Amino acid sequence: MIVNSNPRRTRTAQYLLLFGYVVFLGFPLLWMLSMSFKGPRELVQLYPSFIPEDFTLENYRLALTEENHQFVRSAVNSLKVAILTALLTTMIGLPAAYVLARRKGVITRLGIGWILISQMFPLILIIIPLFLLLRDLKLTNSHIGLIVVYNVWALPFVLWMLYSYVRGIPPDLEEAATVDGATRLQILTGIIAPLLLPGIVVTTLFAFITAWNEFFFALVILESPDLTTLPLRLAQYVGIEGVVRFGPLAAAALLATIPSLILFTIIQRWLTRGLLSGAVKG
Amino acid sequence: MSTVNEVGQLPGRRPRNRAGAGLSGRETMLLLIPALLPIVILSVIPLVRGIYLGFTDSRAGLGVPTTFIGLDNFRALLDDELFVNSFKIGLIWSFAVTAIGFCFALGLALLLSQELKGRWLARSLALVPWAMPSVIVGIMWKLFFQPQAGILNEILRRLHLPGETTDWLSSFSWALPAVILVGVWAGMPQTTVALLAGLQSIQDELHEAAAVDGATAWQRFRTITLPQLKPVIIAITTLDFIWNFNSFGLVYVLTEGGPAGKTQLPMLFGYSQAFEYGEFGYAAALGSVMVLVISAVLVFYLWGRLKETR
Repeated sequence: MIVNSNPRRTRTAQYLLLFGYVVFLGFPLLWMLSMSFKGPRELVQLYPSFIPEDFTLENYRLALTEENHQFVRSAVNSLKVAILTALLTTMIGLPAAYVLARRKGVITRLGIGWILISQMFPLILIIIPLFLLLRDLKLTNSHIGLIVVYNVWALPFVLWMLYSYVRGIPPDLEEAATVDGATRLQILTGIIAPLLLPGIVVTTLFAFITAWNEFFFALVILESPDLTTLPLRLAQYVGIEGVVRFGPLAAAALLATIPSLILFTIIQRWLTRGLLSGAVKG
Repeated sequence: MSTVNEVGQLPGRRPRNRAGAGLSGRETMLLLIPALLPIVILSVIPLVRGIYLGFTDSRAGLGVPTTFIGLDNFRALLDDELFVNSFKIGLIWSFAVTAIGFCFALGLALLLSQELKGRWLARSLALVPWAMPSVIVGIMWKLFFQPQAGILNEILRRLHLPGETTDWLSSFSWALPAVILVGVWAGMPQTTVALLAGLQSIQDELHEAAAVDGATAWQRFRTITLPQLKPVIIAITTLDFIWNFNSFGLVYVLTEGGPAGKTQLPMLFGYSQAFEYGEFGYAAALGSVMVLVISAVLVFYLWGRLKETR
């Protein structure tokens, strides 16, 4: 296929380059993994080794149990906020996404325009007025307040993803059903919903991951340690100095990544389609 | 049956008979309201209020009176060295991360579109940063750069390279490049995936025809791949730039803007002004300036690309 004077040399160069990418992308991950298995003595050792010399799970035990199981409590908070955000945004976004995909004209243009513009606004500009609003409603430093903010923030991309999934369903199907005398509700629940289900699942899971990973809003809205989410908890962890702390820190960071990594592995095949089809077609 | 012209739709006209779009006005409103209400109340109005706050002396405390002060915040911003510095750093960071990240991602996407053994590994690894919270990406690289327990300096020592005692994230000259490297790593997935999708949508026939005509791989890349990829390239670099300029968590965890403001991105500066010093009005004005800067860069960039295609 490749017209080149020396195909074998090209291949070798390609493999070398690919290897370079694997190292660049994977090495920091492996290093964090390695550190999470090192005992306190090895962590302060002058010349660190890549593979842990005295392998230990102590860091994981510490990460999970320290400060009265603060990590577990934060995980539960994160789980709660992320699940509610994911379900709520998808439910709110779904009907609107359907309208945007099926109706042409002013509404669609306004909707899509807003989705794109909302990407441009720095979070600082939206969080200050939202913070004032939530304070007036006595919702700062509460999970409800955080979920409200997450919904505002997640809605654009949830709408965008659902919009492109709806557009993937041929309108002819609905037309045929209308001719057969089906009502709007029957069409929506009987035809659209089943076809859209994979898209809805992917969108919900993606919204979950984004909320699970979010840091800035949590930092602004939440104060009490009882309410802390995982990214917030981990960022506070960083502040505690001392090389010995890096072991539990690495362990906690890895543990906190697992849920979103698993979900992401499940959805990644569909994700790229949902995120990009709209852009390519639109 | 169809009375509405399929192509020449007037914007205001209700396309009642269009396929699948037999939505009445009432149905449309009913379906839109669940999203429209929160968007207007929690997004549009706050945004307008946020812009307005930039023209006031709003402060964090409860019951503190707020007065309209015109352009005072903006004047103060221009005199504020920390602000000017943070925007300079923000622009350097955004351009560097977007440009370097784009080159890295393009290289990877081109490799992944070849039939190489083991490419699944690179592909999976390239997606990992997407699933990781930015705080954790920051922590991970902190462990990498850490001067004593980190691996970077140990590698340099074993290879007898200079810099083995450098404290990268606290160094005046190295903190920003180090943070940019992390930004590139964290931004790989979206860019690679977008470019890969773009590459796959290029028809094979184009390449085959060119190959038959004796075009080298480089010639084909320049005359087929790049022009065909152009819309995707413009879209993803634009988005990357905006995302990077508005970035917060990564650098907050890595350096908190230090040393001495060397990595203080605009969002970090804005955050400290608003939520550490309570200067809401001032921080809101900064937010508006961020929008202006982003818009200016985008207009310039998109306009340039548009002229090129003409």
